[in-house]
Amino acid sequence: MSDDTPDVIAELDDLAVHFPTPAGTVRAVDGVTLAVHRGETLGLVGESGSGKSTAGLALLRLVDPSAGRVRVAGADVTRWSRRRLRATRRHVAMVFQDPQASLDPRRTVGDSIAEPLVVHRLATSRTARRERVAELLDLVGLRADTAGRHPHELSGGQRQRVGVARALAGEPDLIVLDEPIASLDLSVQAQIMNLLRRLQRDLGLTYLFIAHDLAAVEHMSDRIAVMYLGRIVETGPPERIYRRPAHPYTAALLSAVPVADPRVERQRRRIVLTGDIPSPVDPPSGCRFRTRCPQARPACAETDPALAEVGPGHEAACLFPLDGERDGSPGEEGGATDRADIAGTA
Amino acid sequence: MSERTERMPSQRQRPRTDSTVLSVDDLTVTIGTRRGPARAVAGVSWQVRQGETFALVGESGSGKSMTLLAATGLAPRAATVTGRVRLLDHELTALPDDRRRRLRGRHVGFVFQDPMTSLNPVLPVGRQVTEAAEEHLGLTRRAARDRAVELLELVGIPSAARRVDAYPHQFSGGMRQRVAIAMALACEPDLLIADEPTTALDVTTQAQIIELVADLQARLGTAVVWVTHDLGVVAGIADTVAVMYGGRIVEQGPVDGVFDTPTHQYTRALLAARPDPSRRGEDLVAIPGAPPSPLDLPPGCAFWPRCPVRADPRCEHELPPLTPVGDGHTVRTFYRGEAG
Repeated sequence: MSDDTPDVIAELDDLAVHFPTPAGTVRAVDGVTLAVHRGETLGLVGESGSGKSTAGLALLRLVDPSAGRVRVAGADVTRWSRRRLRATRRHVAMVFQDPQASLDPRRTVGDSIAEPLVVHRLATSRTARRERVAELLDLVGLRADTAGRHPHELSGGQRQRVGVARALAGEPDLIVLDEPIASLDLSVQAQIMNLLRRLQRDLGLTYLFIAHDLAAVEHMSDRIAVMYLGRIVETGPPERIYRRPAHPYTAALLSAVPVADPRVERQRRRIVLTGDIPSPVDPPSGCRFRTRCPQARPACAETDPALAEVGPGHEAACLFPLDGERDGSPGEEGGATDRADIAGTA
Repeated sequence: MSERTERMPSQRQRPRTDSTVLSVDDLTVTIGTRRGPARAVAGVSWQVRQGETFALVGESGSGKSMTLLAATGLAPRAATVTGRVRLLDHELTALPDDRRRRLRGRHVGFVFQDPMTSLNPVLPVGRQVTEAAEEHLGLTRRAARDRAVELLELVGIPSAARRVDAYPHQFSGGMRQRVAIAMALACEPDLLIADEPTTALDVTTQAQIIELVADLQARLGTAVVWVTHDLGVVAGIADTVAVMYGGRIVEQGPVDGVFDTPTHQYTRALLAARPDPSRRGEDLVAIPGAPPSPLDLPPGCAFWPRCPVRADPRCEHELPPLTPVGDGHTVRTFYRGEAG
């Protein structure tokens, strides 16, 4: 990305995805604008109920938008029919959290990987398909004879490699990775992250990496977007987001991540959020985070803040963005106390 | 709504005596399967004292959960359990089932990954929280209800007096886990066993539950055994830790010693596999392969096939003994070069 104007490969424009339920309309995604640039990994983080997975599904039009637009490779696909979408699906693939659930247990690994080849007519003869499947297995570090096996014969890490091979079959430009390491053992997570990065380098892939594991997202991503209750509250490069989070939610989220160092853990101050994430059926007025925000002021109930620039390539949707370093600087803890005083008077 | 920026209560400040609450000695669990015996746990020994938190850490299939089930007499019927388990002054392993069940009910509280494991979906939470207390402490229905409100307040359920009649589905995941903790604490247990209690929760909710358990422990002096796969959680909660792999403890000791000078290659590999912000852009130090199956364990060190060092060939064929390397810190390996 040497050019100043990024090449946008896919984007959501003021997108809303609402689901009618007996309890009311769930506003899973409620006004999200997000552009994925060619060649990058965009990390999308948030907790359950934030809408991050729904946003990823919307990008593939696997859920129907209620409002806003979805553009893929320059084309507005918001209202495209299923059949017409099939052609874009070749260029945008998806890897799911649980490879056990996304692979058909009765089919061989080879048949599962070959399915996109058949659908997209990429390999018409049986021999061509077999060769391509062997190639794809090799790409993800599996032996060619894995093609004849069934998912239950594989380990979790091997199954996720198959999930990646299947996503690669259509020769996509963009892969939406929805929690691709969340159900794997720690010792295997690093293998899959290394594999994904190697494939990105070798094949020039673009990733939308959706995860709740903040350490993994930091490691994988060129840019990060943080979601809370159907909205993006902060975006920026990892070094800004992790060192100088501007949105109080991002700061709280980062402070909650345990660090594998007993001394750090003993010293640290956590910003423990009180209460639960509010219902997406009836989100709070103004800023959606204000009901749990340690820094909330009366104005936060009145105004729904838009994303605004707080630094180079760094935007936050907060009326009173934080300004300061998070870790390692002695000023940080004092700063948090000052803000607590402000919250106390609010 | 006010901010609570609090320090984790320091391990040093917790009430601490030398009274051992639970001790497990040479515990072995073998499970008969259609494909032969699976050695889920082999020769595991540890103890937890009053006011102390002992963490059992390992990946899936390491035997960490089975160790706890077997130690508390909850192993499945197909399992053969050997070894000795002492709970307070009672030799659990020598007792008949019903005696053991009563002791467990009176002295041990359980919290599981999915709170719905312990909650009944069709009963109001208040009734469930004190169900065991009614039996074990002989509370009347009326007293039990008051106690339920008290317990729900203790674990931080807002408007507990009103919520006591609500059903589990009316609570969020985090609040349900609080209810499960209230239920586990109803009999004022000497020991709280928490099996991946925060794994299914978001990090901000996990932080709340960790604070809650640490706070309750400091106030009540409960011994806690916490099973997790998350080394960050271990660093935050534990006084002592045992790292399990292939059914055995490979490294054990005070949390500072184990994290400062990890000595078993598996412990070192686990700590090294985490992404490190100072090394962004580099490949992670992955551990090749996958954890072994309990049906097919190597004769020596179970980590040998994946070990990046393999410096001492004895580790392949002989089971290394647990050897002391520091203050209360033991490691199951022949090779200790370059450690610490």
